[in-house]
Amino acid sequence: MHGRWAARLAPYWLALPGWLWLVLFFVIPTFVMLSISTQTGDIVNGFTQTFHWQNYVDGWNQFSTQFIRSIIYGLIATVLCLLISFPVAYWIAFFGGRHKSSLLFLLLLPFFVSFVIRTQSWNFILSDDGMVLSPLKSWGVVPQDFHILATNVAVIGGLTYNFLPFMVLPIYVALERIDPALLEASADLYGSKVTALRRIVLPLSLPGVFAGVLLTFVPATSDYVNATILGGTNTTMIGNVIQTEFFTNLDYPTAAALSFILMAGLLIGVFAYARALGTDDVLDMAGAG
Amino acid sequence: MTVLEGQEEEERAPQRPGRGRRGRRPGGWLLPIWSWLVIFWLSLPIIVMIIFGFNNTTGKFNISWQGFTLRWYQQLFAIPDLTQSLENSLTIAAIVTIIATALGTLLGLALGRYRFRGSGSTNLIMFANIAAPEVVLGAALLSLFLLAGVPRGYLTIVIAQVMFCIPYVAVTVRARAASMDRSLEEASRDLGAGAYTTFYKVTLPMIFPGVMAGALLTFALSIDDYIITSFNAGSTVTFPLWVFGVSRLGVPPQVNVMGTLIFAFGVLLAVSGAVSNRRRK
Repeated sequence: MHGRWAARLAPYWLALPGWLWLVLFFVIPTFVMLSISTQTGDIVNGFTQTFHWQNYVDGWNQFSTQFIRSIIYGLIATVLCLLISFPVAYWIAFFGGRHKSSLLFLLLLPFFVSFVIRTQSWNFILSDDGMVLSPLKSWGVVPQDFHILATNVAVIGGLTYNFLPFMVLPIYVALERIDPALLEASADLYGSKVTALRRIVLPLSLPGVFAGVLLTFVPATSDYVNATILGGTNTTMIGNVIQTEFFTNLDYPTAAALSFILMAGLLIGVFAYARALGTDDVLDMAGAG
Repeated sequence: MTVLEGQEEEERAPQRPGRGRRGRRPGGWLLPIWSWLVIFWLSLPIIVMIIFGFNNTTGKFNISWQGFTLRWYQQLFAIPDLTQSLENSLTIAAIVTIIATALGTLLGLALGRYRFRGSGSTNLIMFANIAAPEVVLGAALLSLFLLAGVPRGYLTIVIAQVMFCIPYVAVTVRARAASMDRSLEEASRDLGAGAYTTFYKVTLPMIFPGVMAGALLTFALSIDDYIITSFNAGSTVTFPLWVFGVSRLGVPPQVNVMGTLIFAFGVLLAVSGAVSNRRRK
């Protein structure tokens, strides 16, 4: 009898430490943040819980520009990632042959360099008198005061660069699973290459595309490293605002409310996606990334 | 990590469409050219980082090429703050890897092997954790520390990183554990092995590739993390935090060298892993 009880309890003992860590440092903090987001007061006199939901309205009104900008940046970066990576994933999955792993490895090389250093390296490459712009300026191709840094292009470019591997991988995984026999069948039935692409490859790649969109859009929208290192005052994103409210303005309720709006917005989108796809798929893809 | 495991499938399907048509480049010209351009674009900042670690720059700024030198490799630890930050990053990554791998493995094992009350909600928590924006994870944990009056520093960085790494380990181990043949464990028990013996001699070896993948992923995530760490770092500085801090002022060449060494080490590890993987077959 004792052994059966032990066996029944086994999964609980196994899961407990990890579960506890996640509850203590992820679930509970989320509720703490919710509580802080409706407090009023300031850092000197302390904050008190007044259920001041107005913080959300104020936060949105004050920073809707940055919210909308972040979403637009995130969307553009995601679409660019998709357009850039689909052909690459397709080529490697169908024509990579023996070199598939090696080619995929080359696409993942950026992961071996710190995110901040990669972004810093772009700042260096694109700087006003750096290796790209200074020759162009001396040849007169672009005007002397031309700059890329501190523009939308720099920030969106940085986001696209940094999150591209998260798009390539899931799409590759989905394409790799396609049975070549399906394409042969299509050809045998006189389907053209375009038809095969449209009717077989694209539909079967959709789970990968969905996962890729998710893995790219969420971090790109909420990122502030690219906006800080590559951007200027007109390219601040909502991540910058949250960071500033927490650490510079010490306005915790506003910062918490903004974080919540961001999370709610993104998570609703994500869960809508996940429902259409099945959670396991997305989780597996996330693990693959 | 997937790359390395993906190799097992690679030789299975030698015949791919397009290969059969004689006289045509596989995939036409456009696809390979595009792909190589993308690979070049992805590697460009890395190449620049490596090259400018050898730049014989005189001033504080490492901007234009001034000749080849190995000086920065000799003076790698000349900036005490930078050295300290790298040391912090490495020790934190080691600690986080050990804790997150242990807890994540057990959690993944439970989720992959058993159906139990709360497994659904645990999966949901992990999914939300992976899907939530980093800023929000960092901000939420900071809220807790602010409320509880916990001073931020080395310890809170470890707590934060373990928190976002556990789900990744659990997901990789769960996948492995779910596909495991349970009769082997039953056989071990039938032959009189106790629960611990069965775990160490049967279960652990079977899920080990998943555990290793999770551990490597955790180490990489930990050493690279900026956003969540910066929210919970207090005055403790890790390598990415240090680089971010000086990014406006100009990055000293030592950063390039450290980046290059970490890069070389990571690539070496991955390649040797892939080679030994192939040989084992």
